[in-house]
Amino acid sequence: MSSIKMTTSALAIAAVSATAAAARDQVQVAGSSTVLPYASIVAEAFGENFDFPTPIVESGGSSAGLKRFCEGVGENTIDVANASRQIKGSELEVCTANGVTDIIEVQIGYDGIVFASDIAGESFEFTAIDWYKALSAEIVVDGAVVANPYTMWNEVNADFPAQPIQAYIPGTKHGTREVFEDKVILAGCEETGDFELFKTVNGDDKKAAEKACIALRTDGKSVDIDGDYTETLARIESNKDGIGVFGLAFYENNTDKLQVATMSGVVPSTESISTGDYPVSRPLFFYVKKAHIGVIPGLKEFAEFFVADEIAGPDGPLAEYGLVSDPALADTQAVVEDETTIGGGS
Amino acid sequence: MSEPTRTHGSLLIQDARTRNRNRAETRFKMYGIAAISIGLLMLTILLITIIGRGTGAFQQTFVTLPVELSAAKLDKKGNRDLADIKKVSTFGYTPLMSAALEAKVAQAGIETTLKPKAMAAILSKNAAATLRYYVLANPQMIGEVVEFTFLTNSRVDGYLKGRVTRDSIANDKNINAAQLDLVDGLIADGALKKQFNLAFITGADASDARPEAAGMGVSMIGSLFMMLVVLVLALPIGVAASIYLEEFAPKNWITDIIEVNISNLAAVPSIVFGILGLAVFINYMHLPNSAPLVGGLVLTLMTLPTIIISTRASLKSVPPSIRDAALGVGASKMQSVFHHVLPLAAPGILTGTIIGLAQALGETAPLLLIGMVGFIASNAPDSISSGLLDPNSAMPAQIYEWAKRADPAFYERAWGGIIILLVFLITMNAIAIMLRRRFERRW
Repeated sequence: MSSIKMTTSALAIAAVSATAAAARDQVQVAGSSTVLPYASIVAEAFGENFDFPTPIVESGGSSAGLKRFCEGVGENTIDVANASRQIKGSELEVCTANGVTDIIEVQIGYDGIVFASDIAGESFEFTAIDWYKALSAEIVVDGAVVANPYTMWNEVNADFPAQPIQAYIPGTKHGTREVFEDKVILAGCEETGDFELFKTVNGDDKKAAEKACIALRTDGKSVDIDGDYTETLARIESNKDGIGVFGLAFYENNTDKLQVATMSGVVPSTESISTGDYPVSRPLFFYVKKAHIGVIPGLKEFAEFFVADEIAGPDGPLAEYGLVSDPALADTQAVVEDETTIGGGS
Repeated sequence: MSEPTRTHGSLLIQDARTRNRNRAETRFKMYGIAAISIGLLMLTILLITIIGRGTGAFQQTFVTLPVELSAAKLDKKGNRDLADIKKVSTFGYTPLMSAALEAKVAQAGIETTLKPKAMAAILSKNAAATLRYYVLANPQMIGEVVEFTFLTNSRVDGYLKGRVTRDSIANDKNINAAQLDLVDGLIADGALKKQFNLAFITGADASDARPEAAGMGVSMIGSLFMMLVVLVLALPIGVAASIYLEEFAPKNWITDIIEVNISNLAAVPSIVFGILGLAVFINYMHLPNSAPLVGGLVLTLMTLPTIIISTRASLKSVPPSIRDAALGVGASKMQSVFHHVLPLAAPGILTGTIIGLAQALGETAPLLLIGMVGFIASNAPDSISSGLLDPNSAMPAQIYEWAKRADPAFYERAWGGIIILLVFLITMNAIAIMLRRRFERRW
């Protein structure tokens, strides 16, 4: 009896998996959790306006998305990877090794990274130097490299209130972390001139000096958040002294709980980011597998729709949600239209 | 004959040791009552929090507007050809709504300085889609004036629910005070009000731009199909395995090892089954990503030990006299099991199965790994095979997804989703208890 039932269930599975081998009819997207809201807005509008089914958008982070993207070509691999940073050379190598050779890179716009704290707390006007001095593991005091001695913001900068330093920053698996390190900590390190000293200490090794700059303190003043911005927000709600790193769109949806700090005197907004006045921003991308165009129905239409003026333009729903529209959107549209792959081929 | 010496005093007067023992018993009873009260208190707090935060999701703010389906906008060629009408995207429908709102404001005599486009911002982005679906389904209505009930923006909804106040919108670029004045005017007119929102129970997930339109319906179907797979696979396999192990298998070291392993399997964290599912079902067997079939298979693995353990326990509880009597009148071993033992054990098996299913229904962790979390539950399946194979989410995965989105309106929906999930779980457990009460035989 048991063997009969086992066989029937095994047969049932086999029958179902046979039908699974038939065509997949919706676009599958995965990757950066920063791009996820934009991609889902586009997917929803795409499903509404076209006869194709609504694409599936999963998150998991830029690196995880690109890893799945590079697993190979075929229906059980994803068609589009979202990324909050450009694809790395090493990732491209993995792609090539697995037969994913023709990749179309599409830049959808810019995302601002903002510093925000509890709405009832003190306001801050940061510069990159402040953040470097507050969070770097080692800094230079009186010409000598010492472990970061600061515990209060007013020790970092006399203009700041006497508030304990407590920062919630994105964990290392987030693309946002890299931007934070590059555009804030490293920039601050260079501006103070500490970079030169780190370079001398490390025997003129630029890489080692950069590493020394962006090594963050591990004494609990700087906490890595591996989850989403909602987790950062929850931390700030429970510790009113905390200052968190958020995406501009997240802040704009939670203005009743958060106040934003200025950076080098500029208030972050879609305008100040698109003009380049606000320094901490990064481009957002998605990558399309060219081999899947024509195989997966609606893939090219989805990519075109994503960068269409009515979607990604300055008045479109993406900009309304917090994306900083790319001034060179027309070039991007041409890239998608001509299916120009990385490396220039089409 | 000497008088019996009373070494322990009178039985009527307690000595120190008895009093001590009695006090210890009273203390223990107190600890017990305290433990139960703490448990009950926690449960009450949990339920009050869930209900307090979640009930809001079942109500939504709607606005009723007569809309002129202008032929000049929707059917420029004037030939009523569906292919041409389809070319007008949802963006083409937005002006119709601005115009409708402007007309409504003029008719109701509401004072506002807002431009029509800013007025339309109080409506949900979903409204254009509602309009477009209606026109595509009823192209003959182009040129007529039709009354629609649209969802409003999540900020307006939050204003009616008290989540958004005039103070909290100071920095909010999605809504401003003038728009709230307009909302107040529409409330006074009766066009804008909070209503029961069936779409939350039946609808699909929505993107971050329109939390007001998101619903649990499609992920419920996803959960349903997963439970179907679990039931169809885990029940026969589990029951067959336990009957064999309990009634037929020789007792030796191999069956001992199997037994120990089944008990161990029941304690394996569910995320492990998720990784296994990813490696075996998706990467090796090439089953589709995010499909309820794969979710069901993974949850089957998770539920099997629960079912096997409870089935074996209920088979064991059938007294040997039943088996002996059946064998005694000449039944074969198999006849004695299937005609006598199994029917008597059935209520216990069903209870175990339902509790196993309820556990599987609330499981999120393995689903994270097989791609069932994300913006997925947007296409309602139209057949059994598409229900099994097309990407879908599940109820707990949908709740997890909502809880991490930026807009606070999603947070409310996550709590609302928990209420729906709890209703399912309580119903399933109640059925299990009822079955046990009704059919269980005590020996």
